[in-house]
Amino acid sequence: MNTDDSSWWPMGDGVLCNAASQTYPSCNTFTHALSFFNKIEGSQATARQTAELLRSVISQQRVPYTNQAGALIDAVKAIGEQLIAANPVELAVGNIVRRVLHIIREEDLSLTTAAIGGLNLSAVSDDENDDDRDGDSTLSAAAVAAAARSTLRPPSLQTLLEDTPVSAAVPQTSSSGGDSEGKSKFSFTAADKSSRSRKLKHDVIEAVNELIQDIVTCHEQIAEQAVEHIHQNEVILTLGSSRTVLEFLFAAKEKKRSFRVFVAEGAPRYQGHLLAKELVARGLQTTLITDSAVFAMISRVNMVIVGAHAVMANGGVIAPVGMNLVALAAQKHAVPFVVLAGSHKLCPLYPHNPEVLLNELRSPSELLDFGEFSDCMDFGSGSGSPLLHVVNPAFDYVPPKLVSLFITDAGGHNPSYMYRLIADYYSADDLVVQRRATAGN
Amino acid sequence: MGAQKKRAAAAAAAARVSEDPDDLARQPLQAILLADSFTTKFRPITLERPKVLLPLVNVPMINYTLAWLEAAGVAEVFVFCCAHSKQVIDYLENSEWFSQPNFTVKTIESHNIISAGDALRLIYEQNVIHGDFVLISGDTVSNMSLTQALQEHKERKKKDNNAVMTMIIKKSKPSPITRQSRLGTDELFMAIDPNTKQLLYYEDKADHSKGTICLDKMLLAENPSISLHNDKQDCYIDICSPEVLSLFTDNFDYQHLRRHFVKGLLLDDIMGYKIFTHEIHSSYAARIDNYRSYDIVSKDIIQRWTYPYVPDVKFCGNRATKLERRGICFTAFNSEIEQSRSAQVGSFTVIGYGTKIGSNSKISDSVIGEGCTIGSNVLIEGSYIWDNVIIEDGCELRHVIVCDGVIMKAGAVLKPGVVLSFKVVIGERFVVPAYSKVSLLQQPTVHDSDEELEYADNSSGTVEFSSIQGTADQSNGEMTSESSEAHKPKLGTGGVGYIWSICEGGQEEEWRHSVAPIPEDKLTELSEAMDDDQELVTQDRTALSTSGELISDSNASEGDDNEDSKDDSVYFEKEVEATFLRAVEENVKVDHVILEVNSLRLSYNMTSADCAGAVFYSMMKLAIKTPHSSAIGLLTLYPSPFSMVASNAYPIYLSGELQQNTANIITTWQKLLKSYLLEIDEEIEIILKFEEMCLESAKEFSPLFARILHILYDKDILQEDAILRWADEKEGADESDKVFVRQSEKFIQWLREASEEED
Repeated sequence: MNTDDSSWWPMGDGVLCNAASQTYPSCNTFTHALSFFNKIEGSQATARQTAELLRSVISQQRVPYTNQAGALIDAVKAIGEQLIAANPVELAVGNIVRRVLHIIREEDLSLTTAAIGGLNLSAVSDDENDDDRDGDSTLSAAAVAAAARSTLRPPSLQTLLEDTPVSAAVPQTSSSGGDSEGKSKFSFTAADKSSRSRKLKHDVIEAVNELIQDIVTCHEQIAEQAVEHIHQNEVILTLGSSRTVLEFLFAAKEKKRSFRVFVAEGAPRYQGHLLAKELVARGLQTTLITDSAVFAMISRVNMVIVGAHAVMANGGVIAPVGMNLVALAAQKHAVPFVVLAGSHKLCPLYPHNPEVLLNELRSPSELLDFGEFSDCMDFGSGSGSPLLHVVNPAFDYVPPKLVSLFITDAGGHNPSYMYRLIADYYSADDLVVQRRATAGN
Repeated sequence: MGAQKKRAAAAAAAARVSEDPDDLARQPLQAILLADSFTTKFRPITLERPKVLLPLVNVPMINYTLAWLEAAGVAEVFVFCCAHSKQVIDYLENSEWFSQPNFTVKTIESHNIISAGDALRLIYEQNVIHGDFVLISGDTVSNMSLTQALQEHKERKKKDNNAVMTMIIKKSKPSPITRQSRLGTDELFMAIDPNTKQLLYYEDKADHSKGTICLDKMLLAENPSISLHNDKQDCYIDICSPEVLSLFTDNFDYQHLRRHFVKGLLLDDIMGYKIFTHEIHSSYAARIDNYRSYDIVSKDIIQRWTYPYVPDVKFCGNRATKLERRGICFTAFNSEIEQSRSAQVGSFTVIGYGTKIGSNSKISDSVIGEGCTIGSNVLIEGSYIWDNVIIEDGCELRHVIVCDGVIMKAGAVLKPGVVLSFKVVIGERFVVPAYSKVSLLQQPTVHDSDEELEYADNSSGTVEFSSIQGTADQSNGEMTSESSEAHKPKLGTGGVGYIWSICEGGQEEEWRHSVAPIPEDKLTELSEAMDDDQELVTQDRTALSTSGELISDSNASEGDDNEDSKDDSVYFEKEVEATFLRAVEENVKVDHVILEVNSLRLSYNMTSADCAGAVFYSMMKLAIKTPHSSAIGLLTLYPSPFSMVASNAYPIYLSGELQQNTANIITTWQKLLKSYLLEIDEEIEIILKFEEMCLESAKEFSPLFARILHILYDKDILQEDAILRWADEKEGADESDKVFVRQSEKFIQWLREASEEED
């Protein structure tokens, strides 16, 4: 079990655990699951685990007759708070919690509108939600409120850019909403609470399943776009190791593109070495360089393709340390700097807040051998504080202006469009989960 | 608890029955965690709370060990509690460790255990260990991965059934200075077979002043290669086979894990058990043995060497903290602290939940616990302040440990190395002297046994008792008057608590083990001791280089030559003295000393007259050495009562004893001296040497010159001829040179008469 790289579940946070276990009797089973949860490395695995955990929270949650959505949201928030607090550095956890909350809200909204539609006996078309709401809005106050809420939300980026609303979460939720609406129209004209609540839970779980599916397939979805970006005889530079990048490059190779890859080793963890190995194993022409040689090599590079730890709402990127250096070098030589990120890495927060822009300071032993330097860490003499300090941050922040393009599982986007993409995935009410979590301790 | 023990035993027995022998390889890994260090280094704190529950960067130590064990893949941990066992068990029961899914913690309790050896024997009797296990004490911090070490251990075990233990070691810088200042432990020597990594020799009490260690020559004969290390640090993490427990049972005199068990195994040829080592490189492991290592390990944790067991990553029992950038470095903060805007919190500081800091206070390199209140204009530097401490305005704390619930009234000052135990109150403007330990409990003494009974309930039992009395014996033997004074509460107005008197022998140790950095003078002392050997080389070199330079003086080269030879003789004398002192200390046979001095003589190209002079010089030095050292509290070679000689205040009163002492030494070592007195020239050399000493380095002897001359004559070391010839030689000298001839005039007269009578 490699625990050197993992962070830890707060077994000691008695207050929170107790509160949670009083409200949610099944909490203990989660904490057990969570102790494994924290030993996972990698955003994708973490995101998937979080989503699966929240799915089981939802399925085990008893829903009251009134305000089922509220109960679900509270349950998810309570667990989510713990999850975020357990691993504040991994922003994907918070992202998934927020997306699940958003799914619950969406499902609730679509059910409500369906119910209203049923009550008013209006002719409901089997059309899109938006049309549906528009049609209802004149009929009842509740529907007016719902419509007001839906108009507050800007239209989906997908619907603006493309005509085919088929890929991302919102179209999916709305289409499932469409299904439920279709069924609900027939099953109850008056509000049958219990079946409706079961309905809500069922729909939410369905939607979460789709979310999990999205997370699982995000590499392939990103890799599908590889051919559009990598051309014949190009030179690609990347830093460190990212599974997304690996799949992306490999997908291009599969499509008979021939190109070279420069891999910067990514000190101090040297994950670039692993990436180089994998690339060679898959038959790609690979050159391994030191991080400090990036500037020297960048003039020969056609495109920089890197992975990210998280993508912020302003289009800034939190990426492995050294990335800013690469981005600046790329800008200097006008080389496109492309960031690959699954949608679970999209974070609805802005990086101005130091609490959000958490950096992980790792062990100095990655930089130097403790035994060799133990005489420099001599606290017993002199003033009692050593003259040598070793700082080993894990992440860099790359400002949006240095990023040329984001490629997510929902397509390629300019940094300045990130906030729109985020508005598709998250509801504004949920942004505070994080803050409540930090203040609520 | 008894019931629980039985249950554990029953469960283990059940597990045993169901097990196939083939299944052993996949058996869940077990660990024995000794929640008692069986030492008294953390007194007076450990009188009230067990060491494993002391907070280390605001988390009880045992959590670091348990968290690591869990992460390392250990499935079952037996926590052996002895001192304050109830506190340990209560803590564990309320913690999350008892409710982990794949990690069981069981406690074993016993009160009449006085050593690690006894503890392991008890565990063996309970029959709960049935496979390889990790042996660790509850004060060890590590983040290493056990997988590889365990793998190696198992493979070795398969090949060789006698490979019972794998000891984890770590590289550390070799100088004794570093070792002292880093972990406060003595230098450790290990001989390791570089190929098999077998441990062949282990010496942790190596006396550095001797500059030598003794290896059995069989070691060299039997092993094709040996590497001898003094740059390894013992992590006190051992992977043991179940045989280890039975070994402890078979050898009921094994008490200490290292001193008895490891050394015992290494010496024992009959059974042929072997211990191997596993060196870790990038990961961290260290044991908190004393206050200094507490300080060092805390700082290592804050500097993140123990990642992921660091303040801002939750692993167990710690609240969420966040890092804040202070200049280039980082400070761990809890989100809910109240800090005045003008307060300055420096780098590498951890501040706990709910702590308030007043204006203009300065805090650096420190750990502050939960719920503390710190007034304004307070200075805290390199200190460890535990929970709920109240520090009023204007206090100063440098390199101290302050336990829970302490109140420091305004203006109180703690000098470096102070330890304030639980709930002590320090009065206004009171200055606590350096290295003192203050506790609400009186320092136990042999006189007032009632006091001991008072806290007998809290204390662990026999171990602590016997050792308390041990220290008390020492302290009260010589400082009865002072200690009775010390027992009055004298912590300023409104102060509550007792300053523990520092025992005579302990004073030396205080600076070694305290949280305060080693004072400059001690450091130089240490480094001088270390450099002694190097000095010879470097000084020689400088002498050579100066002589190599072109100097305008015509005499320069000649003078340098003289200096060179003079230097040589000085070093020769030094070497002889060191050899002799060591011989005295270790009771080396005279023949061996003669051999050693002879070899020195050859290497320095000296005459036997030089040898005689040097040996005599060393003997005289030894006779007066004691007053010099005892005056500054160093270890005394001879318990000499004339410790005031150095001050010259009572030379006459004490000279008799000095003479007695000298006579004793001469009697003991006359054979050595005589072996160099081949001719009369050597004897004269001795007299001249003695004269020189009396004038320069050892003026204490000057009043005794004649008497000692007489002793030398009596012991047949000096013949009358030599003395007479010396007197004749001096006849023509200056008046100033004739002081001693005058002094011994009577004696010479008597000698002359005696010889004439013979004629």
